[in-house]
Amino acid sequence: MNTQHSMEERLWEYIDGTSAAGEKQLIEDLLRQHAEWREKYRELLELSEALKSSELEEPSLRFSKNVMEEIAKLHIAPATKNYINNKIILGIGIFFISLLLAILVYGFSQMDWASAESNSISDKLGKIDVSKFFNNSLINVFMMINVLLGLVLVDHYLNNKRKHFRKVA
Amino acid sequence: MAREESYVQMSAGFNDSELISRVLRGDQQAYAGLVHRYQYYVFTLTLRLVKNREEAEEVAQDVFIKAYKYLADFRGDARFSTWLYTIVNNTCISFLRRKKLTVYSLDDEKVFNTAANREAGYKADTVEQKSRQAMVNAAISHLKPDDAAIITLFYKNEQTLDEIARVLGLEANTAKVRLHRARARLKELMETHFAQEVKDLN
Repeated sequence: MNTQHSMEERLWEYIDGTSAAGEKQLIEDLLRQHAEWREKYRELLELSEALKSSELEEPSLRFSKNVMEEIAKLHIAPATKNYINNKIILGIGIFFISLLLAILVYGFSQMDWASAESNSISDKLGKIDVSKFFNNSLINVFMMINVLLGLVLVDHYLNNKRKHFRKVA
Repeated sequence: MAREESYVQMSAGFNDSELISRVLRGDQQAYAGLVHRYQYYVFTLTLRLVKNREEAEEVAQDVFIKAYKYLADFRGDARFSTWLYTIVNNTCISFLRRKKLTVYSLDDEKVFNTAANREAGYKADTVEQKSRQAMVNAAISHLKPDDAAIITLFYKNEQTLDEIARVLGLEANTAKVRLHRARARLKELMETHFAQEVKDLN
């Protein structure tokens, strides 16, 4: 089955014209020498010809009129590159990168590099004092805002879905 | 409408990018030339994927409407046809997903039953037309949408393997393997289910 499979594959490549020059010569030799290869080649070539010569399907006569009527109501959307402002994306990127850097710098500045108690960095990382920034009320306020935003988003999404269903119905 | 007709006749003299730049400059009727040029290709592809004529026509219309809407995003780094077939592929995939269509698969028991049930119908068809092409088309319509699409893109829509890879969002090598597999399945399908017709034709 496997040799049969690779024979078919090689013959298809030969028919498609995608086989390498050396391979092409090799297949031509094989075709000259073996009836089995010639038989398979004829079979595949026949299928390939039938596939090429089969006719395209015709849509209904009104097809292009329907499309033209539909697009008459539309405007071409501006190209994506016109409304996606690279500077804004760059700005967001810079913001997050500087945030990461600030955290790292703060963290490293707190580390006691000279201390000999422990050598592993993870031990030292555990000792970084973040309580100045992440006290409980700050985290709570942050989470509250997130939950509120999440609810607004879900509401918006469900509303859209309902409208869509109504339209379909 | 008369203007649209005249554009269809005139469009023969324009290439795709000339028509596209006319449309982008606000000449909406120039789009009729593009629709006219590609409607058969797009419809054939959607029909192979969606399998049902009415739905395929609806999807094909949707494709042309989308292509018009986002025409400004066509950058011209590929052929217009390749860009258009990418829209066909995406639109069909989301249509099929929405419809949750039973996907025909060769590994699937169901396809053999369907094929067996339909055989009588196709036989009548082929007796009438007596053409190998009709049989090939019938066999393609029994393939899985993925396989049918790649065969149609390669043989009917005149796309190279690299372009097919772009349309389907694959690596060029994967597209090649998928084309081989699809052809092998088509051949197998024709040998098992259309064996009698093949014999009749020879």
